[in-house]
Amino acid sequence: MTSTTTDARRSFRFPLELQIEPRMDSPRWLAPLVSLVAVLLALVMGAVVLALVGGNPFRAYAHIAGAAFGSLGVFSDTLVKATPLIFTGTACAVAFKMKLWNIGAEGQFFMGALGASIVILAGVVSEDASRFVTLLAMAVAGALFGAAWGFIPGILKARLGVNEIITTLMLNYIAFALVNYFIFGIWSEGGFQMTRTFQRAAWFPRLSDLAEQFPIMRGLTTHAGFIFAVVVAIIAWYILFRSLWGYEIRLIGDNPRAAKYAGIKITRNTVLVLMLSGGIAGLGGMSEISGVIHRLQSSISPGYGFTGIIIAWLAKLNPLLVIPVSILFGGLILAGREIQPAGVPRLIQGIILFMLIASEVFLRYRVRLVRRTA
Amino acid sequence: MDNLIEMRGITKRFPGVIANEDVDFKLRHGEIHALLGENGAGKSTLMSVLAGLYRPEAGTVLVRGNPATFNSPRDAIDLGIGMIHQHFTLIQSQTVTENILLGLDEPRFLMRLSRYDKQMAHIGDQFGLQVTPDAKIWQLSVGEQQRVEILKMLYRGVEVLIMDEPTSVLAPQEIDELFKTLRSMVAEGKSIVFISHKLHEVMTIADRITVLRQGKVTAAGIDPATTSKAELANLMVGRKVLFELEKIDREPGDVVLELAGVSADNDKRLPALRSIDLKVRSGEIVGVAGVAGNGQSELGEVITGLRTCTSGSIRVNGKDVTNRSARTSIDFGVAHIPEDRTHVGTAPNLSITDNVIMKKYRTPPIARRTLLDRDAAQKMAEGLKAEYTILAPSVETPTRMLSGGNLQRVILARELSSEPTLLIAMQPTRGLDVGAIEGVQRMLLEQRDEGAAILLVSEELEEIFTLSDRIVVVYEGEIVADGVEADAAKVGLLMTGGSHEAAEEHAA
Repeated sequence: MTSTTTDARRSFRFPLELQIEPRMDSPRWLAPLVSLVAVLLALVMGAVVLALVGGNPFRAYAHIAGAAFGSLGVFSDTLVKATPLIFTGTACAVAFKMKLWNIGAEGQFFMGALGASIVILAGVVSEDASRFVTLLAMAVAGALFGAAWGFIPGILKARLGVNEIITTLMLNYIAFALVNYFIFGIWSEGGFQMTRTFQRAAWFPRLSDLAEQFPIMRGLTTHAGFIFAVVVAIIAWYILFRSLWGYEIRLIGDNPRAAKYAGIKITRNTVLVLMLSGGIAGLGGMSEISGVIHRLQSSISPGYGFTGIIIAWLAKLNPLLVIPVSILFGGLILAGREIQPAGVPRLIQGIILFMLIASEVFLRYRVRLVRRTA
Repeated sequence: MDNLIEMRGITKRFPGVIANEDVDFKLRHGEIHALLGENGAGKSTLMSVLAGLYRPEAGTVLVRGNPATFNSPRDAIDLGIGMIHQHFTLIQSQTVTENILLGLDEPRFLMRLSRYDKQMAHIGDQFGLQVTPDAKIWQLSVGEQQRVEILKMLYRGVEVLIMDEPTSVLAPQEIDELFKTLRSMVAEGKSIVFISHKLHEVMTIADRITVLRQGKVTAAGIDPATTSKAELANLMVGRKVLFELEKIDREPGDVVLELAGVSADNDKRLPALRSIDLKVRSGEIVGVAGVAGNGQSELGEVITGLRTCTSGSIRVNGKDVTNRSARTSIDFGVAHIPEDRTHVGTAPNLSITDNVIMKKYRTPPIARRTLLDRDAAQKMAEGLKAEYTILAPSVETPTRMLSGGNLQRVILARELSSEPTLLIAMQPTRGLDVGAIEGVQRMLLEQRDEGAAILLVSEELEEIFTLSDRIVVVYEGEIVADGVEADAAKVGLLMTGGSHEAAEEHAA
């Protein structure tokens, strides 16, 4: 109780102390630098864990790097893996920016794939239609089906105040079931749970298609969907940060009451933004079956829609950052299969995620080590 | 008389600012000691040092003559010093008793709360603090919640109670209640530090006053009887404050705002406005006087399109805007200074630029078809930042970083730069310091002189009296008087439900 005991307890004091102060402003270079350092530290921590369990961290990392980025061939595969992630990551980022928690990108992805398949399998475009017409029709259908899967939770939230987390999650399962209905029943190919392979006109061109002119491209699986994904991410960024609509989305996301006070219709934007988000995820589904799988089946996604949630957060809800983050994750997914089905790559993914989230504090606060005074 | 607390040479630095510089403060046993100063003068910082929240860079604290070091608020409470902050730290879903016991070592295992309920009620009686121990916090009014905070400290055996701007959240009647409580606590032998920037309150309640300006003491422990409001204001801001604003005579012009028989419900779907008739002309400030919660908020919201009315009509410049949208009212030139700066008036994580374009982003030059012209927006923000002296590192600074006065300047810059035909000013100076209040009031008068019609809603009668060309009084959602004279006793009686005749008699 008396001050003497307090002083005794304090007789030894570490000569340095941490000072944490809120930042008024953060320079532009700070955010990327902090993220980079966080990823590097995460790799160091991963190395420690690897060493503790008796592995050789250098060899493991070299292997991961090699398996994901080591040659033109594997890098091309990494980009293939990154493509659907760019779509779903962008889809989530757009919705999250307005604080609409769309966790239904997976279902919207499936609906997009279903929409694109209908174009082919229900004969909306004829088998001998040009590649351009076929792909355009598939993309439009994919976006519309995805958007429809965003419209439902959107209108429910806008009209009845139904929580979109529940509806978007539940609609995932309906989308899976719907796709299963088609591949088990209507479009089943010889009793297998998949449709027939689409005609060539429905395939996104691949780099390997150019192998005749450029031999170096032989065997490269990267398809036009990657370019498509990058363009969509850039457009999404432009909408969010350079358009009037994007301003409304950001304003509602930060303070809906202020948005209402500024005369912005929140209900209308709720529906539109969830449709945009669903449409982007739907394009991802279209891109995946057109560029990689070339048919509709139940295993078109190992959870791209859910990984998209993590990617959107790591990219700080910035669609431009979604692109590099997706490539990193694409590489980890690919390398993961090389090394171990679940262990080390997942571990590293987890540590990276953890470190990036923890690093936020350095953006909001200035942390300094100072010599104690007094 | 002995000094219970003595703070000597306290210096506390924050990045870029010295919050306290070589400050001395002495608190006697059994007194109410007011700590007066503008926002940002270092009052809260100094008391946070005393409450164990901050460690000063230099200086000593003596409690009952013994030097004391605090490493946490707990150490301070052990020595009988407790602080009640502006923002309450209560858990909404728990009862009064549960909140008071939170963090203590008892009850140890079984939650037999009825025993404690009695104890709480007993302490409450002792100090004139009416509380219901088993009520949940969310059921209580702000004034009652404050009583719970006080009880929390009393239950911990606190002898010195520091209250940070305790009246800023209270309605006028609640302030009277609080003052009674403070006096009875002093009578029971407690000592109180009362942090405030409101001169009249300090003059009413304090036994002694210490004034801080920019982190330094400008007057230590003076007796309110030997000073005046003007002198205190001078000590606070370091220059003469013109309480008499120059107001030129001006004939009001055409009717800009016309409400006829407007009724509306509040959020709880109870009638909040009952058949309101009101006209505001161009070049005229109409002041709405009333005790908080008598329909003022709803009145502002109905006119600005944020709330629908259940009957009646609203016209702006002769055009019907009844139950149209907030957008319509913006397009018709209605500016709105909202009551709640942080929750309605601004988007805290967006930049100053994004906040000042909130009502103009749909029109050129900010809008270029469907795109946002960022350069034009930034240029406008830079211009407003200079014109309205918004103090911030840059226009990219998020508004959550700004002080209350600067935040209000951002809102004023946005609303007044649109040259409104009608301005709805809700509590435009609430929570601001003397210097800022004067600035805001000047701006309102300028708008009036330029021909804007202004509806001013304020709980500060003095403000209504100084600024208004016409005064109306609201009571329980009705306008009970239109065009009363600026007489505090008369208006006060009408505000509390007294009849017109009684008010006349009282004045006579």
